[in-house]
Amino acid sequence: MHIDKDLVAASATPLVLAILAEEESYGYAILKRVRELSGGELEWTDGMLYPLLHRLRRLGYVTTEWRVPPEGRRRRYYAITKEGRAALEEQQRQWRTVTQALSDVMRGPSGLLMALGEA
Amino acid sequence: MTMDSVESQIAEWRAYVAKAPAVDGRDVDELEVHLRDRITDLTEAGLSPDEAFLVAVKRMGDLDALSREFAREHSGRLWKQLVLSGETEQPRTSSGWFEAFGFALAAGVVMQGARLAAGFPEEESMWLFRNLGLFVLPFLAGYFARRRRLDMRGWALTAAPFLFLALVINLYPYRVASHTEILVALHLPVVLWFAVAYPYMSGTIRSHERRMDFVRFTGEWVIYYVLIALGGGVLMALTALILEPIDPNLGERVIEWVLPSGATGAVIVAAWLVESKQHVVENMAPVLTMLFTPLFAVMLTVSAVTYAVSGAAGAFDRELLSVFDALMVVVLGLVLYAISARDPSRPARLMDRIQLIAVASALVLDVMVLGAMVARIGDLGFTPNRVAALGLNLVLLVNLAGAAWLSIRFLRGQVGFHHLERWQTSYLLIFALWTATVVTLLPPIFAFQ
Repeated sequence: MHIDKDLVAASATPLVLAILAEEESYGYAILKRVRELSGGELEWTDGMLYPLLHRLRRLGYVTTEWRVPPEGRRRRYYAITKEGRAALEEQQRQWRTVTQALSDVMRGPSGLLMALGEA
Repeated sequence: MTMDSVESQIAEWRAYVAKAPAVDGRDVDELEVHLRDRITDLTEAGLSPDEAFLVAVKRMGDLDALSREFAREHSGRLWKQLVLSGETEQPRTSSGWFEAFGFALAAGVVMQGARLAAGFPEEESMWLFRNLGLFVLPFLAGYFARRRRLDMRGWALTAAPFLFLALVINLYPYRVASHTEILVALHLPVVLWFAVAYPYMSGTIRSHERRMDFVRFTGEWVIYYVLIALGGGVLMALTALILEPIDPNLGERVIEWVLPSGATGAVIVAAWLVESKQHVVENMAPVLTMLFTPLFAVMLTVSAVTYAVSGAAGAFDRELLSVFDALMVVVLGLVLYAISARDPSRPARLMDRIQLIAVASALVLDVMVLGAMVARIGDLGFTPNRVAALGLNLVLLVNLAGAAWLSIRFLRGQVGFHHLERWQTSYLLIFALWTATVVTLLPPIFAFQ
């Protein structure tokens, strides 16, 4: 399945924030988690994650720190802030509304999901 | 064996990424670690190191697109490269030198003509003084409108404030020795400077990032202008000394002719220098901020304590309020320099605390003086000068109080640094409105006294 470019872009911020809300992490691990969560369907160009992370840092949603884990390479770790959590909650509200509306209209009598689901 | 060749390939890749202007060393480190993680995972999955490298690079994505994305996020870093914005742009013949020179020359000629028409310096001309900004800054606006290739609408919107203000300030029937006329003359250049922001930002005046660029430009422009003025001063002084043996008055005459045009042309030349030499010379603002913030912090703290202990604030006059206006402008300048030069994602440092001390001391001082000023106005009533000085003071006070409040919250880690940036870039509008009010509304309110 190919997911539309705009949809990928729109979901990137809440997805990254939600992953960081689980625990602090670094770029490569975040990408692996995205892949895992979407069952491999959601594929990002690796590099593009970083400008996004830097934007979140500028907005004060995440803080960063260079650290060397016991085994492994020196990496920049990202941790979500209080502001970041607030932004995530707001995003969640918006996405709930959107998905609710979408599933309502698609589940309707002549709905798309019905047809697709039965097929 | 192949691991070595991968190492050299990674080094090459790294060097290529590092060339992008908006990607700094730490970011390259970050991307390199990512690449290495990916290569490790792929080799563990059975790929040869060479294959793993190729796949990892491919997955990283198009590097040009990536560096564009970085540039969008870190526009401050690009500041040094503004003129070099990509190889794709047509190379400007001699980087717009000719264009800048043309506008500088035109401004210089107009200023000279105005000087002759007013008979300055033989006669004291309020007309010349009042219109000073209008002889210079329209050319600067025109220079930017041309450089940014604005369309007809852009040109019209650039010209509108200049035309409007030229009409207003020259149609007002000022009385003899009018105070409001002097206030207009003092505030008009500032209003016009804000009008230059429109063509500078190519009309995108709502963009906070572009506003910050304009702040940066203003700061660097001041530095360049002062440097040119210093050089020009040395030149003038030497000329006067050399010509003195021929005719004691000759040097003075030359200065009379050269100085007005030179000082005018330098406005545009300085702007051109900021635009084109940014990639050659490192930004001055961070250096100056580092130097002067601690010094000002000490000076302001000492003064605040002295004033509080001695109670000197009660015995002040109007001149002192002007001094405090100047002080607040300088402190605000320091704050703006610091903000524009700072990487917003960097955590709080000692310099941020020192700056907060400077701002807080300035606020304490100002509140003491302001209290006495308000009492004086209560006794003696309003005059145009008092309203202008008091208004400016209040506008600056609110700005610095807001900045101090946000700094405290930033230092405590409650808000991100971009809130501070936002506060200042939003507040620019208040400055523009206040100065425009003094120019357009104050004279009629005080019956052109």
